[in-house]
Amino acid sequence: MASPAELTVENVVAGYGGVLALQGVSLTVAPATITAVLGANGAGKTTLLGAVSGLVRPRQGRILLDGADLTRRRPEEVTRAGVAHVPEGQGVITELTVEENLRLGGLWRAGRRDRAAALADAYQRFGVLARARRRSAGTLSGGERQILVIARALQARPRVLLLDEPSLGLAPRMVAQVMELIRGLRDEAGLTVLLVEQNARSALSIADQGVVLNLGKVVAASAAAALAADVALRKHYLGF
Amino acid sequence: MREFIQFTLGGISFGLVYAAIGLSLVLIWRGTRILNYGQGAMAMLTTFVAFTVIQHTGSYWLGFAAALATGLVLGAVIERIVIRPAEGKPVLNAVVVTIGLLVLLEGIAGIIYGGQYRSFPAAFSITGLRAGSFPLGISRNDLFVAGAVLLAALALAALFRYTPAGLRLRAAAFNARAARLLGVRVGRVLTLGWALAGLIGALAGLLVSPSTFLYPSSMDSIFVLGFTAAVIGGLDSPAGAVIGGLILGVLLNYVGGYLGSDLVPLFGLAALAVVLMLKPSGLLASSGPRRV
Repeated sequence: MASPAELTVENVVAGYGGVLALQGVSLTVAPATITAVLGANGAGKTTLLGAVSGLVRPRQGRILLDGADLTRRRPEEVTRAGVAHVPEGQGVITELTVEENLRLGGLWRAGRRDRAAALADAYQRFGVLARARRRSAGTLSGGERQILVIARALQARPRVLLLDEPSLGLAPRMVAQVMELIRGLRDEAGLTVLLVEQNARSALSIADQGVVLNLGKVVAASAAAALAADVALRKHYLGF
Repeated sequence: MREFIQFTLGGISFGLVYAAIGLSLVLIWRGTRILNYGQGAMAMLTTFVAFTVIQHTGSYWLGFAAALATGLVLGAVIERIVIRPAEGKPVLNAVVVTIGLLVLLEGIAGIIYGGQYRSFPAAFSITGLRAGSFPLGISRNDLFVAGAVLLAALALAALFRYTPAGLRLRAAAFNARAARLLGVRVGRVLTLGWALAGLIGALAGLLVSPSTFLYPSSMDSIFVLGFTAAVIGGLDSPAGAVIGGLILGVLLNYVGGYLGSDLVPLFGLAALAVVLMLKPSGLLASSGPRRV
């Protein structure tokens, strides 16, 4: 297994057209920890993940993976460098089968045996995917799709996982299951996770650190437990 | 009855050539949502390459191979140099660029080879086959045409279904953004798609030119019919293009046989118009409404 990696976002400014969704955001995710990024709609959370993965081109600032500069690389190259981005809305390719979706995730890696092992891993860990492997991915439920996209990202054996709203639209029982899965990836596989969530309570329950964004700026950053205990902050920005 | 069988068999042979052009258009449409108006001209140019090679070596099959190889390279080069700047831009950019490509390639062919009609050899005998004393309306070469297109279509289907490159091609076509995030180098995949389209187009040019003669605009009407075949099939379905080509080929051969061959081009265009009016999404489209 690859050693855990550190992800650093340095003073990143990014946006679309005239709107700057990120106005100088900095944060560091320590190796094998989870940092939750919280905030209202339009706070810049999704743009932040896009800036890391290359979907959004930062105008200023740097993205570093263990000190190596990833800024302005294409998304496919960032993925190959070890950063897997699971976007919101999930990006299941519904026209392909479950197995084809999974295989696609590891396709760029050399070593047929390695890829087969990663696939077998996914089937062993997620029985629901093993049972649906020949089915079109479009037939999966919302929760199953969320599991599929995370399992698919893992096919590349990434060191950093970027997750955008993995709990969106899931039943409470599924939310707890997905959060458990993310916690397990940190604890067992040593993944470094940047987790964007609207569901602040769930996210903080598994995160080590929390960062609150508002209108493109970091308004609070501290240990997850401290954020969860800050009543004023919760009322103001997190809504629970 | 005898005529009906002859027209049907002959139509199948023509139809498979339209299907081949349709397939090449589908390959590009699926990956880039660009309709390549230059596809026919590319096939014309590669057939001229075959023509030159055959003239110099005397070997039909050397020319055949040279045309296919040129089609593969031409497709890739055109995607990289001409199309890449128009990708992801407003639809009209790509339309203008590929029409420009059509004019450019036909101009180049005109400069090198002149405008006169040249006969292009067939791979096999074009004498009509008979079943006993019954003429079938097709030749040994027609059988070769049908076999070559079907083989190419099956090979493409196998490539898409069973190979990593095929999985990448499909992923990039269905959801390029998700594919990128999974490490697929979409730019290279698009180049591969164009190269394959160039290859299939080159095959179509080789197969049809014995019956159309070869000159700079010789593939224009074939392009329209190939496009119609692809549209009948839904424009993003390879199987649909083959079925569309067969339907169109047989239909037009009935028109030519029973009503007169002058009417064939008119009916080809009419078929395109009718399909676009009545069933614009085609018979086998895999995705939602089309954005033309």
